Amino acid sequence: MDDAIFISPEVQEAAEVPLTVLREDGRSDPDLDPDLPKEFLLRMYRTMVLNRELDDRLFKLQRQGRIGFYLTCTGEEAAVIGSVAALNDEDWLFPSYRETGLPLWRGVPVRKFVAQQYGNAEDNVKGRQMPVHTSFREARIMSISSPVGTQIPQAVGFAWAAKIVGDPIVVLVYFGDGATSEGDFHTACNFAGVFKVPVVLFCRNNQYAISVPLKRQTAARSIAVKAVAYGFEGVRVDGNDVLAVYVATKRAVEKARSGGGPTLIEALTYRIGAHSTSDDPRRYRSEEEVQQWYAKDPIERFRRYLEWRGYWSELQQESLLEEVRDLINRTIEEVEKVPPPPVESLFDDVYARMPRHLQEQKEAYLAYLKEADRWRS
Amino acid sequence: MAVMNMIQALNDALRLEMRRDPRVIVMGEDVGRLGGVFRVTVGLLDEFGPDRVIDTPLAEAGIIGTAIGMALYGLRPVAEIQFADFIYPAFDQIVNELAKYRYRSGGQYSCPLVIRTPSGGGIRGGHYHSQSPEAYFVHTAGLKVVIPSNPYDAKGLLLAAIRDEDPVIFFEPKRIYRAATGEVPEGDYTVPIGKARVEVEGKDVTLISYGAMMVECREAVQKAREKWGISVELIDLRTLLPLDVDTVIQSVQKTGRVVIVHEAPRTCGFAAELIALINEKAFLYLEAPPVRVTGFDTPFPYTLEHDYLPDTGRILKAIYETVHY
Ligand SMILES: Cc1ncc(C[n+]2csc(CCOP(=O)(O)OP(=O)(O)O)c2C)c(N)n1
Repeated sequence: MDDAIFISPEVQEAAEVPLTVLREDGRSDPDLDPDLPKEFLLRMYRTMVLNRELDDRLFKLQRQGRIGFYLTCTGEEAAVIGSVAALNDEDWLFPSYRETGLPLWRGVPVRKFVAQQYGNAEDNVKGRQMPVHTSFREARIMSISSPVGTQIPQAVGFAWAAKIVGDPIVVLVYFGDGATSEGDFHTACNFAGVFKVPVVLFCRNNQYAISVPLKRQTAARSIAVKAVAYGFEGVRVDGNDVLAVYVATKRAVEKARSGGGPTLIEALTYRIGAHSTSDDPRRYRSEEEVQQWYAKDPIERFRRYLEWRGYWSELQQESLLEEVRDLINRTIEEVEKVPPPPVESLFDDVYARMPRHLQEQKEAYLAYLKEADRWRS
Repeated sequence: MAVMNMIQALNDALRLEMRRDPRVIVMGEDVGRLGGVFRVTVGLLDEFGPDRVIDTPLAEAGIIGTAIGMALYGLRPVAEIQFADFIYPAFDQIVNELAKYRYRSGGQYSCPLVIRTPSGGGIRGGHYHSQSPEAYFVHTAGLKVVIPSNPYDAKGLLLAAIRDEDPVIFFEPKRIYRAATGEVPEGDYTVPIGKARVEVEGKDVTLISYGAMMVECREAVQKAREKWGISVELIDLRTLLPLDVDTVIQSVQKTGRVVIVHEAPRTCGFAAELIALINEKAFLYLEAPPVRVTGFDTPFPYTLEHDYLPDTGRILKAIYETVHY
């Protein structure tokens, strides 16, 4: 790991070769393998599989018109799970919209997650946001916003505040490659560097921002190298290698916790699916390209490792899939019975206490609803 | 004449103007190979090439800031902001820079730049894909603000906007992007900026709206006639700034009653400005207080979006109560 993989401000040239732990054949690099306990590895694996299966299912539900919208992270599970697994439960997460693995890893019930996709009365964001825009305070996961990159300076501020009050937490903030074009990314890096903030800036470089390829986002040779300009370390890691992501994040987290400031991690991966359920990726990329990345599936790759270690078998795989699919099916069946949020909730939470003008709008609307048939018919 | 939807009409306008005027360029996120997330720019890259149809990095402030520079140089950029909700990163460039170039330079410089952006709700887009931020821009001196409600106007207004010497914020009501269809002339024509259209003549009450809410308003006009024999005059503003004050005031002077409809939030919404104007210019003609039917002063919701959006019932109730005041 000391072999100049991490880019420091002293090193001007970007290390383009990503940090890798898992080899093609399923074995690991003996010098880099973090030697994680079996149970922990299996939990990572299960979460990745659950993430994949849940994504597949919710994507189909959108196609059937049962939920309004969905975004998958198929192919990027290792980047998400490998990184969150390197944190303590006390550490905070600022996700973008493609990190469904975070609540799953942190033990948020699948039912809570699915309820948000339906925006129903069980949804803890009260049906206010589009699917995937979750918010799980109990799991220390911040509320998701659609505008790209806005969470990055906020995460820096949150971590900075923790540093000021002496709370030894680390903040991990996720974003895509597209987000690195926004001013928010640059201003966040700048503050993080200047104030040596205990934050890990995690870029899922999945090569596309909707239809726009990476080379249209940056002329730099990597995203990791951008850290240098802000005075801290960057590292490029194989984002389909869950152990490599874990190792890089762990190092960044330990550094942050011990006062060493921020790190920018670039996880090199690929968005296998469409950008969202509203997108048609055939318009801007070739099937061959997608197939090449299919062959690098992070879940398969991790499974080969577990098998090599003697931790996993075909039989276990079958029963895991069955367990996970069963859980998802049951959950969806239950969640579909839940009614929408009550109409009056529309006016709540705009302010801590409802001001008079909103109170009036609420009363007028509820009165209207009582006799709405008369006016609508 | 061809029947087109709004997306096709806008695409047609861009294509025609790019053929006519080599200074016109289109730029924005995903406008090139994808043809825009709503397909408004589809086919333009093939015809005009990557120097005139530019997929930009994901940075709204960058898009508008560089488009300002291009306009200062003498090009005619048409910049797309993917959703109106994402215009805010560029807000400073728009309200402090774009809007004020002519004034602050004593007329030496100007920025003829069009910002196209889909706005409004009703597509299950939740808060961040449904906002109607027109009032912020109407409040900014130096900008023109246009919102078409049908394909014919969309094409004619966009052509007028690109040829305008001032910056124009062009809101495209995405709920009716495909739903609104109509005959659109194939050739060149413009719909003047700053001119409202009396869509239906009437004598009892004036109903004023713009954009996607025209759909509910049309329905309300018909139902008011059928149910109660109320004759509603319906005005489509088409341009919020500069406002066609004459058309509005003439109508209110005729009917003495007015209902204004928009889906943007109520407080400081465009209806408030209209009512102030009507009070100034037609107060003695009024037979009832002007009424507004608007979105609520809450963020735009996801599941309950149809409660948020004014429906025909709310508009009809307002019409009825105004007439029976
Ligand atoms: C400020 C802003 N502009 C535009 C959009 C529309 N949009 C949504 S996602 C996206 C692409 C984001 O790409 P990237 O950051 O690489 O993340 P990925 O989706 O690949 O995970 C765009 C342009 C947005 N949500 N916010």
